[in-house]
Amino acid sequence: MHRFANPTQFMRIADAVYPWAAGLSLILFLAGLPIALVTSPPDYQQGETVRIMYVHVSSAWLMMMVYGIVAANSAAFLVWRHPMANLVAKASAPMGAVFTALALITGMLWGQPMWGTFWVWDGRLTSTLILFFLYLGYLALGDAFEDSERGDKAAAILALVGSVNLPIIHFSVEWWNTLHQPSIIKMDGMTVDKSLLLPLFLMMGAFTSYYVAVLVLRLRSELLAAKIRNARMSQVAVNQAAQPAE
Amino acid sequence: MVRPMGGNGDSFQIGGFSGTGLACRRGGRLVFTGLAFNLPPGGALVLRGANGSGKTTLLRLMAGLSGAAAGQLAWDKIPIDDPDAHAARLRFIGHLDAVKPALTVAENLEFWMSLWRGAGLNAGISQALDAFDMRPLAGFPARLLSAGQRHRLALARLMVAPAPLWLLDEPGNALDESSLAALARTIAAHRASGGAVVVASHGAAFVEDGATLNLGAFTPTDASHWSEE
Amino acid sequence: MSAFSTVLARDLRLALRQSADSLTVVAFFAIATVLFPFGVGPETNVLARIAGGVLWVTALLAALLSLDRIFAVDFEDGTLDQLVLAGAPLPVVVVAKVCAHWLTTGVPLILVSPLLAVTLHLPAAGYGPLVLALLLGTPTVSLVGAVGAALVLGTRRGGVLLSLLVLPLYIPILIFGTAAVEAALTGLPSTPMLSVLAGFMVLALTFSPWATAAALRQAVE
Repeated sequence: MHRFANPTQFMRIADAVYPWAAGLSLILFLAGLPIALVTSPPDYQQGETVRIMYVHVSSAWLMMMVYGIVAANSAAFLVWRHPMANLVAKASAPMGAVFTALALITGMLWGQPMWGTFWVWDGRLTSTLILFFLYLGYLALGDAFEDSERGDKAAAILALVGSVNLPIIHFSVEWWNTLHQPSIIKMDGMTVDKSLLLPLFLMMGAFTSYYVAVLVLRLRSELLAAKIRNARMSQVAVNQAAQPAE
Repeated sequence: MVRPMGGNGDSFQIGGFSGTGLACRRGGRLVFTGLAFNLPPGGALVLRGANGSGKTTLLRLMAGLSGAAAGQLAWDKIPIDDPDAHAARLRFIGHLDAVKPALTVAENLEFWMSLWRGAGLNAGISQALDAFDMRPLAGFPARLLSAGQRHRLALARLMVAPAPLWLLDEPGNALDESSLAALARTIAAHRASGGAVVVASHGAAFVEDGATLNLGAFTPTDASHWSEE
Repeated sequence: MSAFSTVLARDLRLALRQSADSLTVVAFFAIATVLFPFGVGPETNVLARIAGGVLWVTALLAALLSLDRIFAVDFEDGTLDQLVLAGAPLPVVVVAKVCAHWLTTGVPLILVSPLLAVTLHLPAAGYGPLVLALLLGTPTVSLVGAVGAALVLGTRRGGVLLSLLVLPLYIPILIFGTAAVEAALTGLPSTPMLSVLAGFMVLALTFSPWATAAALRQAVE
């Protein structure tokens, strides 16, 4: 496990993983999008609106998976001081936030024809909105320190606190929702017919491999940036050492 | 709670303090690397070096406030792995005085004494008040103190409960001559009873025959230190 | 437990000497609550319906404003370094400071909440559950808030950031705190909601001191 801690080793693995992830993502999108958007049958209840689901469910799947990845890597970073785990968490979080936003937007677009309004305090939409705030908090905290290492640790602790709280928040919001709006159509209305499963799985696969490919790209650029930063810093140190101290 | 107890004047559980292969990273930069020291009981170590050479960083590392990027600290040749147990045997005086302006001088000292020694030892602060000539100020709120008096109050904390290891960051700052002499006497008495002291200082007139550690010698100069391994 | 009582006593004494801080929080609670009738109109039945929710939201915001007091001053004047080095388990010190925060902000908020409820025409059945829910909920507010307060130490924009970190985590408390009052108003028992709030408090007491201690250790690093 610790060999991933070595950036040089990691770069080698990353170079090997990237083409596969990017290629898989491309193939799955090319295969999945035409089926999802054109050839798959419209739902007998929801009509063509059902096609939003392919993007919505895939985004929602990734927003949860990425939060899990952020929390697990934050734990690994805090417990084993594993620097790559920190980089994975930091590089994943903005993508998680974007997928959460995408899930929210597609959820609202789906809601407009189904509910007649863009926003309903549906349990799942509300939980997604709160998860979006948790992502924003994580990103803001990581960015709020002059010393980036402090930001890393603070954000990692926050990610763990958030992962303990997420089930509680979800349970509370669901309960609150049934208390106030028992009659509303749930997102559960999106029950999945068998004919829709193939495009759904293709799209989820495409989204997931897209995430992996972009993650590897972001990690690579982060490592290179660190390398440049350190080269500059040590240049400064060398220059300072050359001058006699006062 | 494991802690070296003893009334004022008693000797402590004496032990040597040492470190090997220490490296520390601040803001992504390696401040020092390959640093080693050995401090016997009764010994003194004076840290020297230019601004940015890591004197404060090393003191905070010795206190267990920050972690080392590499290396090991040891007490009595046993590696230190419990930060709380290590904290209980040291006193740290940093740049900040940790003085509460709303409390009186005596209340400030009593708080630290009862935190470090347990409550109910109210007689103990008189020695600390005398050591840095704070007795006339004992009843005053600390907000009325000057910068030098606040610093003396911070130093007086050293006397409220004995601890075998003192870590002092520029303890002579803002002190007048008689206070500097008092500081020198306090450190000498601490060492005479077997205590060890580490001082980061530009002018070390208040430490007699201490070993000197020049941090400039451990500053890394090449760019190869960005990986963790 | 001497570290606990020592730190608690010191923080209470400091709060007493600087009691204007606690009063400001209570004053904020009052003024923010008083804004609502201007916003939604003075109709008795409208105010009565929203009273529970309004009081909970404003109490959370008032508590939020006071959170930075828990650690920020100690961080700035160097006391936090010394507390970390106290040789006592840091979570114990954290619980002592959180207790002091609750006693000096949570309790005053609870004490004035019935008065403010009068101005919002809260029906008589709501008072008991409101006070009980605040009593069970505000310790959790302090405990969870302490994590956030420790995390933002040394940041450029601590206050605003703190609200972004902490308010989402307060939503469950808000939901069940308000529901306890509403249940009483519709003639239902509010015990289930109060039990959930008590459960949250136990959970927070289990996890938050450790998370706060971890955050404090990285703050002084």
